[in-house]
Amino acid sequence: MSTATVPKPIAGTSSFLDDRLGAGNFMRRNLRKVFPDHWSFLLGEIALYSFIILLLTGTFLTFFFKPSMEHVIYEGSYAPLQGIGMSAAYASALEISFDVRGGLLMRQMHHWAALLFVAGMMVHMLRVFFTGAYRKPRELNWLIGVLLLTLALLEGLTGYSLPDDLLSGAGLRITEGVAISLPLVGTWITFFLFGGEYPGEDVISRFYSLHILLIPGILLGLISAHMILMWVQKHTQMPGKGRTNNNVVGAPFYPAFMAKAGAYFMFTFGVIALLGTFAQINPIWLFGPYTPADISAGSQPDFYMGFLEGALRLMPSWEVNLFGQGGGTIPLSVLIPALVPMGLIMTGLALYPFVERWITGDNREHHVVDRPRNNPHRTSIGVSAMTFYGVLWLLGANDELSWVLHVSLNWTTYVGRVLVFVAPAIAYVVTYRICLGLQRKDAAIIGHGVESGVIKRLPHGEYIEVHVPPSQDIEAHMRGKEPVPTLPGTGNGSGNGSGDVPPKALRGPIGRLRAKMSAAYGGEKIPLDDGHGEGHGHAAVGAGEDDKPAIH
Amino acid sequence: MTDNNHDIEQPVERVPKRVIGTPSHAATGTSLLGAEERAGSAEVPGVNLQDEATAKKGERIAAFCFLLAFLAGIAFIVSYVAFQVGDLDSAATSNLALGSSLTVALLALASGIVVWVRMVMPKYKLVQERHAMASDGETRSYVGETFLQGAAESGITKRPLLRRTLLAAAAPLGLAPLVLLKDLGPHEYADFPKKLRHTVWGEKTKEGKPRRLVVEGTGAPIRAADFNSPGGILSVVPEGYEHDLNELAKSTLILIKFRPEELKSGTNRNWAPDGIVAYSKICTHVGCPAALYEQTTHHILCPCHQSTFDAADGAKVVFGPAARPLPQLPIAVDGEGYLVATADFPVPPGPSFWERGDAEAEAREKGRQS
Repeated sequence: MSTATVPKPIAGTSSFLDDRLGAGNFMRRNLRKVFPDHWSFLLGEIALYSFIILLLTGTFLTFFFKPSMEHVIYEGSYAPLQGIGMSAAYASALEISFDVRGGLLMRQMHHWAALLFVAGMMVHMLRVFFTGAYRKPRELNWLIGVLLLTLALLEGLTGYSLPDDLLSGAGLRITEGVAISLPLVGTWITFFLFGGEYPGEDVISRFYSLHILLIPGILLGLISAHMILMWVQKHTQMPGKGRTNNNVVGAPFYPAFMAKAGAYFMFTFGVIALLGTFAQINPIWLFGPYTPADISAGSQPDFYMGFLEGALRLMPSWEVNLFGQGGGTIPLSVLIPALVPMGLIMTGLALYPFVERWITGDNREHHVVDRPRNNPHRTSIGVSAMTFYGVLWLLGANDELSWVLHVSLNWTTYVGRVLVFVAPAIAYVVTYRICLGLQRKDAAIIGHGVESGVIKRLPHGEYIEVHVPPSQDIEAHMRGKEPVPTLPGTGNGSGNGSGDVPPKALRGPIGRLRAKMSAAYGGEKIPLDDGHGEGHGHAAVGAGEDDKPAIH
Repeated sequence: MTDNNHDIEQPVERVPKRVIGTPSHAATGTSLLGAEERAGSAEVPGVNLQDEATAKKGERIAAFCFLLAFLAGIAFIVSYVAFQVGDLDSAATSNLALGSSLTVALLALASGIVVWVRMVMPKYKLVQERHAMASDGETRSYVGETFLQGAAESGITKRPLLRRTLLAAAAPLGLAPLVLLKDLGPHEYADFPKKLRHTVWGEKTKEGKPRRLVVEGTGAPIRAADFNSPGGILSVVPEGYEHDLNELAKSTLILIKFRPEELKSGTNRNWAPDGIVAYSKICTHVGCPAALYEQTTHHILCPCHQSTFDAADGAKVVFGPAARPLPQLPIAVDGEGYLVATADFPVPPGPSFWERGDAEAEAREKGRQS
């Protein structure tokens, strides 16, 4: 602590606040709150800052945008469309682009920030998944995250439909086609959403209030909760030297982390400004006003909707009529792709922490995260799901693929129909093997040391490469590995491993399945120290936490 | 493994200073082989002050960045005043000037702060204790007791009349917002899903004549004799409804002319005067306009999800996710030689919906009866 006094204006303000709020106690606890450092912890921040930029640019856009489907004749300054009938929404979007200074920049930045928002959430979610950072006590924050992602997709969809150009209308038409396919309620849902038949005159103003008020309001609330929980529970940290489940090692909030976060916000903002300036996005004036009678070839949604688009394209033409002429039409060719992939992915994400806890029986708090290789089944499941998503996403652009690669359009679909099932399975096996390979490499480094590049000739003429022990940081990072827990009594477990008689809870059919899954999912596949230490003069050290080499 | 007792002796300077993946020397404050802390650390443990030369350099670089950000910020304001908008070119110029100055300002500011943090501020390796999230047993039992005590004091447990009427009071209020949403829907419900089954093609014009097919965009009626380009495709809308989007979403057609020998059994020849066939343009999958036509194969392709229809054979599905053919509209030539609709589509056009049912079977039955 330095002995200098706090400058008067700051002291005055802060004692004003402290007198009224007791802010001093909060500050005392939190000014030097420690934040651990790792590049992957920055991914979620991209999403957070993009959201702030979305609020800023979006507010600007609302000052000029007219969310109305009233038919007007365009008389603005973009010559090719002058005298053409269009909705007031599209006309005002053109006005923002051509007649408001900075309007085009804000529009493009808003769109880029939206893409970065969703992309940032996705990579952040993958980071959290693959490192197991969702484990107890962070399951609630994980659920908030899943909800945020779902809402972000909805927010994107409603925003994308607002300019009412030909491309946005195509998206809206597909949305309608999907909604009306829902059994029993589909027609009613669309009639209520559109205020009657498609497209009606209400949908843009309704989407507008969803897009600028309801969904962002919920997003803001959930993001705040997400931050508060992160703050209260303290951030997880990577395994490493001096880092345990009972501490946090890193830089203090004030001043270092605060400044870094500020800089990172500016970087995100700057990159979005760069994209908004030089990378044209959604040039609505080229598409023309929406009419349900027209479409432009190569229509593509924003990237985060691509997997739904791909699923729709892949699906064979199945449709059933339950009651013959009496109704009961179920267009499976729309319903399955619209609901199943999204449902699988979102439900899977939401349930994963709880299913994993059920399978491993692991009820401890975790603050040191896993390296992805050290939980090979989790990593493989994640990569498998990513592959499933990725195949659908790629097939969402199968027309572009067939155009660029000069292959038959139909064959891209046929291949996709097979790949969507086969590729995740292959990805699973390959990832699992890679994880074990990486674990073996870690074991080799712990057991034999690091190749030093120094070649030595022994007296009898043999050449060997000298291995040196890894640096303390690397070694501590690797020794952060612990076996994936298994239920007690499932054989290779880390628990009481006594073996033959399973506990009562695991005797029923579900219990037996649970025990089997637990044994397969958990356990130590490749122990770090398996007695390969010959020739190096250091004894193998046990894998348990307690046996970690002392620091210092 | 902190000791380094190799049985192979090696010259110290040959030991590589860094291995791929090793955190940099400066960042961690430890050497590759030893645990010595970086020299020159300050009194506070975990706070390693920068040496003055680095800090001084960092200050200069950061100041340069901030100055750049200042100038770029000024440039942004100047660009706003200097570059007017009003057409494509000037909007592009304004966008470039505003955007690039904003970009430079933000990135320079960000870089300056990063330099400040990395070169002027100390290197930190602070350690803070974590505490289990769960409260201790005493707190838990206190909360539990207090909760029960409060509930008992309030009387909610003892007085079922109070409890039940309170729940009863809340229920309708909870439903009220849902009830309020009812008027989101259309006002008349009588003909509600039926609306999807009908288009204006089935209605006569105000003058009582059959409705003409007109070209989308120009609104010109189509003389059968003039539409004489085999392989051509024309986008067609109903006369009088050229700008009615609700109607266009159901009634838009594509018009294709065939040589008689090209038509197969799926196409109703009675509805194809001079080999001119009209299909609904609205894809039966999710409603995109099926706007692409390949004249050698007679395939109609929807660009959204690539449902492909054979135009020569009743627009039956040959590929893709659409489950049903594009409905064919019965057309004829009126007294003046123009194409007109003689009746509505035999089945509802556009995407499937629950109430649709097996409309094809219905249409076949109707066809047999007449």
